[in-house]
Amino acid sequence: MTLAVILSTLDATIRLSTPLLLACLAGLYSERSGVFDIGLEGKMLAAAFAAAAVAAVSGSMWLGLAAGMTVSLGTALLQGLAAITLKGNQLIAGVAINMLAAGLTTFLGQTWFRQGGRTPALGPGERFEPVTLPLARELSGVPILGPIYADLVSGHYVLVYIAFIMVPVTAYVLYRTRFGLRVRAVGENPKAVDTAGISVTLMRYQAVIITGLLCGIAGAYFSIAQGSGFGNNMTAGKGYIALAALIFAKWKPVPAMFTCLLFGFLDALQIRLQSARLPVIGEVPVQAIQALPYVLTVVLLAGFIGKAVGPKAGGVAYTKER
Amino acid sequence: MKFNKLSKAVVGGVALSAMLAGAAFADPAVIYDLGGKFDKSFNEAAYNGAVRWKEETGGNFLELELQNDAQREQALRRFASQGANPIVMAGFMWTAALEAVAPEFPDTNFVVIDTVVDQPNVQSIMFDEHTGSFLVGALAAMKSETGNVGFVGGMDVPLIHRFYCGYAYGARAVNPDIELQEAYTGTTPAAWNDPVTAGELAKAQMDAGADIVFAAAGGSGLGVLQAMADAGKYSIGVDSNQNHLHPGSVLTSMLKRVDNAVYTAFVEAGDDATFKPGRIDLGLADEGVGYALDENNADLITDEMQTEVEELKAGVIDGSIEVHDYYTDNACPL
Repeated sequence: MTLAVILSTLDATIRLSTPLLLACLAGLYSERSGVFDIGLEGKMLAAAFAAAAVAAVSGSMWLGLAAGMTVSLGTALLQGLAAITLKGNQLIAGVAINMLAAGLTTFLGQTWFRQGGRTPALGPGERFEPVTLPLARELSGVPILGPIYADLVSGHYVLVYIAFIMVPVTAYVLYRTRFGLRVRAVGENPKAVDTAGISVTLMRYQAVIITGLLCGIAGAYFSIAQGSGFGNNMTAGKGYIALAALIFAKWKPVPAMFTCLLFGFLDALQIRLQSARLPVIGEVPVQAIQALPYVLTVVLLAGFIGKAVGPKAGGVAYTKER
Repeated sequence: MKFNKLSKAVVGGVALSAMLAGAAFADPAVIYDLGGKFDKSFNEAAYNGAVRWKEETGGNFLELELQNDAQREQALRRFASQGANPIVMAGFMWTAALEAVAPEFPDTNFVVIDTVVDQPNVQSIMFDEHTGSFLVGALAAMKSETGNVGFVGGMDVPLIHRFYCGYAYGARAVNPDIELQEAYTGTTPAAWNDPVTAGELAKAQMDAGADIVFAAAGGSGLGVLQAMADAGKYSIGVDSNQNHLHPGSVLTSMLKRVDNAVYTAFVEAGDDATFKPGRIDLGLADEGVGYALDENNADLITDEMQTEVEELKAGVIDGSIEVHDYYTDNACPL
């Protein structure tokens, strides 16, 4: 393994883990406040479609991103309405969002663009391009550190940097601010929070709004950064993987980042191992390699994580005593 | 009086639906495979053929996009019982469904592309993907500066291995030392519509030295073309002419004239007098497969390259060059 191969694998790891990380952090806010969210997938899908559609029509990636975040926010509020205000079952509300997004995106895409649910391919200016950080060119001559900075740290989409900045931001918000304390409290013991005179409903809505915005960025990443246009069901189950990562990380922001990086790494490795011949074994069947991330996930989840206990009040709509 | 009106309306309705059924009689039908009608590739070629027939004859055709595997038999039965004739199916996954349904409708003519179904009312059209891919492989090897070319397939199935094997033979025929990379987007039909994963595969192959990647992956191939265009390198499209998608970056496209096959089927297969059941192979000689040359890639293919690839084409047609067919032994000995 040369440095170049390692760097290219790690580079792909960052690209592939970014949407997982955004979705995972999104889920973290919602679940910490006591609203279980299996609708991450649907919100991302809706956002991916809105971002690509608006970027294609308006010619602006920023409008696309804004549209993605708006639609995801709207979807999150709809889910919140069902799960918080109307006290519906949170899991079913999430499933409903997923199904709604899967059907509606394809239907609207076909109606508006007539390309089988796909949105038109995006040109320059309509999608995010990798940004080169300052000094990346100049420093690339420096041994080891140079290529690491130039290839690994620099040269990603701006959304990638946003995702990784969100990790310390989330940790700070959650553990060092009054808002974070209240979010955590409302997920553990909403009654106590209510007794203290804080509205449980309002706290939960605030958390769900953040979830919606982050899912919007994640969705836009699929269609207007990593890809160039929306394709049917393009999030391909990443929302569920993010959910698994969230449980794996025990609902904590920094472990969530490492878990998402691990999932991204397994995916990147899977892609690179396909045409490689391994020593002793020879050429491994594609099927076996593609199953690798999932097999390792099961092994890790079963063997290493220990007991994952979610927020105590998670999954239950809060009702004031009458 | 009231009752009378109602019954009249009912009778009228029945008569109308009978007329509609009559009008639908003998309309040809085409069913697209998973991956979608507008995949800019295989299914879109089928669609283009149907549209050309419609424009030339003014006739009407029925069409359906499959959403999942379970709909195959149901879709066939529905079109057949509506009286559609012929029913054209694009895709290698039709074998089981058609074998079950064809005997139930002996008066309907079926045409299936990319697989062989042995029934008296079925015409099976096969393309020599390996020889077409051989030519684009040769062009890739001529164009490559790194001596390393890649291949990203869609679903990991023998049909796509057949593309790869021809491509590999073509590249090696020009440059015996060329390095080849081979990858598949997935193992389920979802692999036909996963441009993100396909794009990542292309990036991995570029990181490993490839400067040209051939995408034989239906809708997923769009991700490969995009990744290569972003990196300023070359890609090769498939089935339809995809040169226009990224002019200057798509080196050429491996044409598979599914459009011609659908068009011919619509013209001939509806009438038993011209319908030819059995297997038909379309290759280089009858322009069933080939490589695309148009104004979008005219600057990329030099005259020398064109001369050389035409020589190879002539060699394959007259049999002096043998291209290994993956279907013969399910292996690709290089």
